[in-house]
Amino acid sequence: MPDNEKFSNVPEAKAVPKKRTRLSLVWVIPIVAAVAGVWIAVTRILEKGPEITITFSTGDGLEANKTKIIYDGLTIGTLTSIKLAPDHKHVIAVAQMTPKTKDFLVKDLELWVVKPRISGLNVTGLGTLISGYYIGVQLGQSKDSERNFTALESPPVGGDVPGRFFQLHTTELGSLGEGTPIYFRQIQAGQVVSYELDKAGKKLDVKIFLQSPYDQFVTPDTRFWQASGVDLSLTAAGLHVQTESVMSILAGGIAFETPVTDSPLPPAEANTAFTLFNDRTAAFRPPPRDPHNFLLVFKQSVRGLTVGAPVEIGGIQIGEVTDIQAQFDAKTSEFSVPVIVSVDPARYGVKFLNLPKGDEQPGDGHQRIMDIMVARGLRAELKTGSLISGSLFVAIKFYPDDPPATLDWSQNPVQLPTKSGQLEGVEDSVAALLKNLDQTITNLDMTVTGARGTLTNVDKLMTSTDKLMGNANNLIAPDSALNAELNNVLLQGGDAARALRVLADYLERHPEALIRGKTGDAKP
Amino acid sequence: MSALEPTAMGQGLQSCEGCGLLSRPAPGAHEGRCPRCDEKLEFRKPASLERTLAYLIAAAVCYIPANVLPVMKTITSGGSESDTIMQGVVLLWSPTGWPLSLIVLFASIMIPSAKIVALLYLVITVKRGSIQNNTQRVRLYRMVEIVGRWSMVDVFVDTFTVSLIQLQPLMSVEPGPGLLFFAAVVVLTMLAVESFDPRLIWDSADAKEIKSEVQHA
Repeated sequence: MPDNEKFSNVPEAKAVPKKRTRLSLVWVIPIVAAVAGVWIAVTRILEKGPEITITFSTGDGLEANKTKIIYDGLTIGTLTSIKLAPDHKHVIAVAQMTPKTKDFLVKDLELWVVKPRISGLNVTGLGTLISGYYIGVQLGQSKDSERNFTALESPPVGGDVPGRFFQLHTTELGSLGEGTPIYFRQIQAGQVVSYELDKAGKKLDVKIFLQSPYDQFVTPDTRFWQASGVDLSLTAAGLHVQTESVMSILAGGIAFETPVTDSPLPPAEANTAFTLFNDRTAAFRPPPRDPHNFLLVFKQSVRGLTVGAPVEIGGIQIGEVTDIQAQFDAKTSEFSVPVIVSVDPARYGVKFLNLPKGDEQPGDGHQRIMDIMVARGLRAELKTGSLISGSLFVAIKFYPDDPPATLDWSQNPVQLPTKSGQLEGVEDSVAALLKNLDQTITNLDMTVTGARGTLTNVDKLMTSTDKLMGNANNLIAPDSALNAELNNVLLQGGDAARALRVLADYLERHPEALIRGKTGDAKP
Repeated sequence: MSALEPTAMGQGLQSCEGCGLLSRPAPGAHEGRCPRCDEKLEFRKPASLERTLAYLIAAAVCYIPANVLPVMKTITSGGSESDTIMQGVVLLWSPTGWPLSLIVLFASIMIPSAKIVALLYLVITVKRGSIQNNTQRVRLYRMVEIVGRWSMVDVFVDTFTVSLIQLQPLMSVEPGPGLLFFAAVVVLTMLAVESFDPRLIWDSADAKEIKSEVQHA
């Protein structure tokens, strides 16, 4: 420092003992930062739960890093990536599960997308409108670990809820759908899980779930019916309305009931198949016991007769119409309507009394009984059931006075003799009445025409009379020739009368003049 | 820089960083203090390059979690959503919001990383005794010094958002773990800028000058 003296007036720094530092303390900072970074990284990695892949049929509403997998309201995972499957038909999502979810990831774990679903009046998942869709989870029972899952189309029904599944067969779905409620004594007891057409395409298999304890009330004899809508019936007792609940009216539903019998049947096995009837009446109609088909050929109009129309004897139903056809006989040029009826008195509770030995079972001696009845004059005829709707039913009646008929048992179905019923009689009389009326009217018309001619004649007569009167008037007018003549005649008459009186007087005085003739002096 | 400019150190004097007063160094091995403002006196900032480097490494280490971890957690009634800085940038990027998105991108991602890179460059060049582009390097240093503090904007915005948006139960915002690291990056780079002594840029130039003069002589 050569020039140090130059700055002798510059103050000298204070002397402080120097601290000894080997390595600068500043290196603690990057070490702390690194430790913190590593610690965060390690905890992050440790916090990562297992990764699973889920196959969805559609990626609608799914978002990577947003869509959560939620079980019981708790997030147990998040979708981290969503990709199209190699077949371009599915969506494969990778989900990062939270730690300690390994136990959940078993074979029968069910996953589905929770989104707003509206089936009938059953609205679920409305919250997802705001929060976005999430993935619902139903835990499985299996012990086998699994990492690849396929999401369900719709939430599983039942699941943790105890209960059982049953099958229903129906030909028409009506307003049923997934989630349609099933009622037992107006209590919701379960719901429709799914439905599918059978392979032949002839009927629908509806899978239903009944939760406990309602599933215990299903026996092999239980009847299921469509409870959609209102069942209105107008009887002599008044208007009768039958319905399950307001909800079922709007959204449809299924109801079931087990007929009360003396010996209740044991509960049905799970997955037992039942028939789904259209209404309660159909469901509780007794099952066929001994049905026999008969052919009835009517030559009258069957308008108003429908399939299902009752066959009655003495006002009691014993069967129903099963088919209505039409035929034309070219030989006789006649048109007729063959109607097939199924008669099953036993089904409708008809009791058979005094049956001969060996005929106790329904169906025994059937032919013999029928032959006897037909010989006694059994005839089928159409009758009007309701004047308002014009619906017809088949009435079985006896006409012992009719020509005897026999049954040809070789035919199938056997043809029963028919009789043009009351309906046709009425029609005929009405027609005859109308015909008479027509004739009467024609006659009346003719009469009126004749009367009109008479009137014209009367008119002419009146005119003639008028003329006659005029002539008469002319004749008797004071200045008429007739009048003058008449006056002359009258004057001459007076003269004649006077002469006659003179003669009479003369004769009175001289009666002898009649014999002797008039004397000269006898002049008046 | 042809002529050898006189520097305080060159003259064996120390200039006070606080008040600019020139003083002779304290005698012996004692630590010097400014006689006017009691500031610690050194010829150059002690262990400037070492400390700058240490801060820079710490900042670089923190930079990774700052960008990987979420800085903000938005909890809505539908669920929660965590966003990192980069996700925020992407989220803000829209036909109307792109300027905001750019601000976040510059202030929170580009500036901290640029600062680290720039300082690292300065430290390395000084260490190697480079005499190239001295003026540019000093300009770079000044820019880093000025612009660096603006990175704190992101931290402030975040903390404000967190304190303001507490609409329980509809919506609330929580700070994420990344925010702490981000703040650490900003503070550490500021410390690094502070500990770097720009005079070192010229020192090496002077040393080279002396060397070449000696060789010429």
